[in-house]
Amino acid sequence: MKAKYEPPLIVRHSLAGVNKLGSIPAIRPMSSIDGVRIEELVVAYGSPLFVFSENTLRERVRELRGELGRRFASFDLGWSYKTNYLSAVCRVFHQEGSLAEVVSGMELRKALAAGVAGQQIIFNGPAKTAADLTLAFEKRVQVHIDHLDELALAETVAEGLGIVPEVGIRVSQSDLPVPTWDRFGFHLESGRAIEAARRIVRSGRLGLRSLHGHIGTFIPNPDAYRMAALAMTRFARQIESELGARITTIDLGGGFASHNTLHAQYLPGEEATPSFSEYVEAIASGLEEGLDGAETPRLVLETGRALVDDAGVLVATVLGNKRLADKRRAVIVDAGVNILPTAWWYRHDVRPAQEILGTAEPTVFFGPLCMAIDVVRDRVMFPPLRVGDRVVIRHVGAYNVTQWMQFISERPNVVMVSPKGQHAIIRKAETLETLLLQEQMPAWL
Amino acid sequence: MDPESTRLRDLALSDTGFVFDPLTGHTFTVNLTGQLALRCLKDGLSPEATARRLTEEFESDKNTDPVRDVQDFVLQLRDCGLLE
Ligand SMILES: Cc1ncc(COP(=O)(O)O)c(C=O)c1O
Repeated sequence: MKAKYEPPLIVRHSLAGVNKLGSIPAIRPMSSIDGVRIEELVVAYGSPLFVFSENTLRERVRELRGELGRRFASFDLGWSYKTNYLSAVCRVFHQEGSLAEVVSGMELRKALAAGVAGQQIIFNGPAKTAADLTLAFEKRVQVHIDHLDELALAETVAEGLGIVPEVGIRVSQSDLPVPTWDRFGFHLESGRAIEAARRIVRSGRLGLRSLHGHIGTFIPNPDAYRMAALAMTRFARQIESELGARITTIDLGGGFASHNTLHAQYLPGEEATPSFSEYVEAIASGLEEGLDGAETPRLVLETGRALVDDAGVLVATVLGNKRLADKRRAVIVDAGVNILPTAWWYRHDVRPAQEILGTAEPTVFFGPLCMAIDVVRDRVMFPPLRVGDRVVIRHVGAYNVTQWMQFISERPNVVMVSPKGQHAIIRKAETLETLLLQEQMPAWL
Repeated sequence: MDPESTRLRDLALSDTGFVFDPLTGHTFTVNLTGQLALRCLKDGLSPEATARRLTEEFESDKNTDPVRDVQDFVLQLRDCGLLE
């Protein structure tokens, strides 16, 4: 039998003696999602195409809830809307028992419009307007105050409504093994946080019931959560003993790492990322130490990317091949950084959607934009691809379908696949009309 | 191809796709089709004739374009300093 044809290739052995050709573990293709063939989806919905697995969404959130349930009598997850606020994705999380965690008036109204009850919504963020706070207090949303001017505004709004809403404050911390995110909330170690608590309790126009922190994002170190939980719990006890206000909820925000690999990371994320169990264990031990026998508050987490990244893939089609000046093979695909901004953070795992034979060699994936920044994946060992082949970019469920830009071309369809193999569009592709609908021509032109 | 193929003719090519350039001491690896293409070019065949040989020896479909691929291979050889 004849061997399969592939384009002839010669690669010089580098001085380090590393052979850059051949004997690389074969890249496993990903040809279906929950039993549905990717080719079938692309034929039905076009390329590029975002595909979300309902099954993976549910599996991830159930795994985290399971870990929390084993260690905490009272806990909640708040689905971080900004991570992915497509209504179908939010609905899956709400069906699994998640609250909504919103950070703007728009996200707040989106959650309410989806039928989420006000008490099931957590309202974070540094930019709440009087109108946002009025709506939030009327609907009994859990508001977390970010700064002193917002505190004053919240007190005024509450007074105007004639109510004393229960609120929380966002607290930032420095003494952690992660970069300090002190631009959000009241700083703990410098005393700003206790000052804010005193002000709330003394004025009596709001009730202080919860503490909120979000120590950063993609934190690969569970011990940072132990330390954050410990400091927050100690702070809660300080508030209780000094001010007599009982803190019933500690919300530690999001930030667990997903299975992606950061550009600067050495080990691939699928090996390096801690499990939910490790994070939850760290939080439990920090809380226990800080409580020192006191009653355990309700724990809230707002885990975003770690819940949704794995559930989303972006399918793209090969448009062409070329060889670059530095000899790398370049593949041009029809999905670019305009719809995949996380390509700037991650070395995304790229897989062929069909069996491909041939010799792997250093390959760069470019998007379709006429822009130098449009690199989907730099330098990955990949076998040769042909025009029309599909590739699957994995772990793209978080932040892309919220942060994507309508830039140079329309945004594509987003579909969901059900555990039974049904599939449907959850966000329609834009068309030129979508774009033109928003524009207006001044009369004088 | 002629003056260049003398340079190619001096290359040692093993059955496992290992290439040794006695002029520089550099070593290279070629894939299966690269082995055949290199043999053909060493024998002085034109890129078009080389592409025909590849189509005969390997199972390919109508979507492949061996002529373009061999032209690219010749450029790769040049990149590797094996052709002037
Ligand atoms: C307040 C808050 N909660 C939760 C999240 C979700 O974070 P992640 O996706 O890192 O889990 C964010 C994201 O930045 C956030 O700002």
